[in-house]
Amino acid sequence: MIEIRNLHAEIDGKKIINGLSLTVNDGEVAAIMGPNGSGKSTLSYVISGRAGYEVTGGEILLNGENILEMNAAERAAKGVFLAFQYPLEIPGVTTMTFLKACLNAQRKSRGEAELTTPDFMKRVKAGAEKLGVPQDMLRRALNVGFSGGEKKRMEVLQMSLLEPTFAILDETDSGLDIDALRIVSEGVNALRDPKRSFLVITHYQRLLDYIVPDTVHVMSKGQIVKTGAKELALELEANGYRDFVGEAA
Amino acid sequence: MAAVQETVDRVKSVDVDAYKYGFVSDIESEKAPKGLNEDIVRFISAKKNEPAWLTEWRLEAYRLWLTMREPDWARVDYPKINYQDLYYYSAPKSTPGPKNIDEVDPELLRVYEKLGIPLREQEILAGVQERRVAVDAVFDSVSVATTFKAELAKAGVIFCPISEAVHTHPELVKKYLGSVVPTSDNYYATLNSAVFSDGSFVYIPPGVRCPMELSTYFRINEQNTGQFERTLIIADKGSYVSYLEGCTAPKRDENQLHAAVVELITLDDAEIKYSTVQNWYPGDADGKGGIYNFVTKRGDCRGARSKISWTQVETGSAITWKYPSCILRGDESRGEFYSIAISNGRQQVDSGTKMIHLGKNTTSRIISKGISAGRSNNTYRGQVLAQKRATNARNFTNCDSLLIGETCGAHTIPYIEAKNASAVFEHEATTSKISEDQLFYCMQRGLSAEEATALIVNGFVRDVLQQLPMEFAVEAQKLISISLEGSVG
Repeated sequence: MIEIRNLHAEIDGKKIINGLSLTVNDGEVAAIMGPNGSGKSTLSYVISGRAGYEVTGGEILLNGENILEMNAAERAAKGVFLAFQYPLEIPGVTTMTFLKACLNAQRKSRGEAELTTPDFMKRVKAGAEKLGVPQDMLRRALNVGFSGGEKKRMEVLQMSLLEPTFAILDETDSGLDIDALRIVSEGVNALRDPKRSFLVITHYQRLLDYIVPDTVHVMSKGQIVKTGAKELALELEANGYRDFVGEAA
Repeated sequence: MAAVQETVDRVKSVDVDAYKYGFVSDIESEKAPKGLNEDIVRFISAKKNEPAWLTEWRLEAYRLWLTMREPDWARVDYPKINYQDLYYYSAPKSTPGPKNIDEVDPELLRVYEKLGIPLREQEILAGVQERRVAVDAVFDSVSVATTFKAELAKAGVIFCPISEAVHTHPELVKKYLGSVVPTSDNYYATLNSAVFSDGSFVYIPPGVRCPMELSTYFRINEQNTGQFERTLIIADKGSYVSYLEGCTAPKRDENQLHAAVVELITLDDAEIKYSTVQNWYPGDADGKGGIYNFVTKRGDCRGARSKISWTQVETGSAITWKYPSCILRGDESRGEFYSIAISNGRQQVDSGTKMIHLGKNTTSRIISKGISAGRSNNTYRGQVLAQKRATNARNFTNCDSLLIGETCGAHTIPYIEAKNASAVFEHEATTSKISEDQLFYCMQRGLSAEEATALIVNGFVRDVLQQLPMEFAVEAQKLISISLEGSVG
């Protein structure tokens, strides 16, 4: 469960998040929708601890613990996961090598034993199979030369291996055709769990046909301006954001 | 990722000021007086009981050297070296040479243990593993322990200090010494020719595949002692040898000069693979006290279809001036150069290669990865040349630079010249930075900033690391992380 209370954040002196409050309970899938520039991606960076974003007020509690003093790696080990809108390429580092390094770094940070290579391989293979990720992709350099769909599938594979307690999906639908969207969504849905909460950031209602949210929040000018059930997304699709943008001003 | 984790741990435990190998052992040494003149050259030659022709060869070089000027075209900057303020000869006292390892000065063995390369363990290891490593250990200027000689002798391989080869195989030394790097070659090589201390001599007879990888570990251990290694490797027709060279040096306050010469010769269908991991003291955080490394390494593919391959991982030294080169003289001969050059702190690297195509259908390949961090400067300087006779010469060059931080520099200076219209030369070059996006991506997955940097850098150099023999690749991976210590966060 994540609780964000009266959060204020800025980058390069520019205020982006203006007193945002939001709670996502265990097992809940919350969607955040909002126009360009409303601060959705900034919110994902502030939660995950990207350097350069300064929090000037408020707090973020993950399962009751304030994570604002932690760096990105420490937050990851605590269970925060961000599926990137544009996953990065790491030339020369095979996907397998990367996954093992990350998983074991997190385990070490939590005081758990590192996975042996056979154990790790078993997990990766099982996860890859579920998502239709071919074995040879695991031997290629991470995300290098991957299609948009393959990159997003790789994000979901990482999520399934790292087993976060709180996962943010940042515009996961962007650049995906319908088939890829379905595969990725099924992967996410398979990870829905009473102990795991999701924050799904999207422009379009389309994604929410596949990953059906419990709650929908509308974000504008760095605040949550409206909260409703999943039907709210349909309403936004029909009427646009005009009705809400005014309220934050 | 065990290796990366280990490197990260080591990065944390080592800092610039506490260079791990910065200790001084106290074996007494026998020195020539400071400075350089004809008498010193004669003294060195006499110490080694050299024949008259070699003494004369040295003296000629010395006289030539007096007329030469220190080169200043490299992108490196250092205070003027006073060549009269250096010692040109020092030898450990334990002479005559020990017959086997039990006779080696125990203090010397302890030094090797501190360096993490105990000869005994090497022997044991070699007995267990299929691939063996023979170590011709050079301590300061004189080789004091040679292992696996018997087994090599069985194969007809000669692997010994060059000072010994002068006596045991004078015809080979006389024929090949200076035949690739002539005494007149360049300022440092000429100096080396006059005063070279010792080094390795290797001869692989026709048709023989050397049964083990040959390895020399050497280090600079004597204050104010210029180190002038001389290595000569000859692969006769149809033979093959892989040679490994690795170095560490103790900490010093004064800069140390190192001017080695390595000559490789391959006859028809022969192949030499020469790998180096260089980790000399780079100086403190302000750049004080590091090694000056002015090396001339050149291979001559003298025979048809012969091949010479240089692989180097350069992480140390305050100044590196080094261009391992190939002369592709034989038709269809091939030259390769794989390099990782890392600079951090105040290090200055000017390194690269020369591929000189003389024969027909000759090919060469250059893969260079430069990594700059801290306030360092890293220059790739490479020449690819096809002479008139070199019909169908081919070269592929890939030259990548990676920058870490805002205060370092990377420079690429290619010289490409084809005097034969049929030559096909390709040159690719990139310069990139470890981006904040990449770092954040890795950290979001749980890696610390250091771990993320080590991972990205190891990915960047992967193509070259794969060229190294296994035992060297692991060591090289560690060195890479150690040398980038303090460059992030």
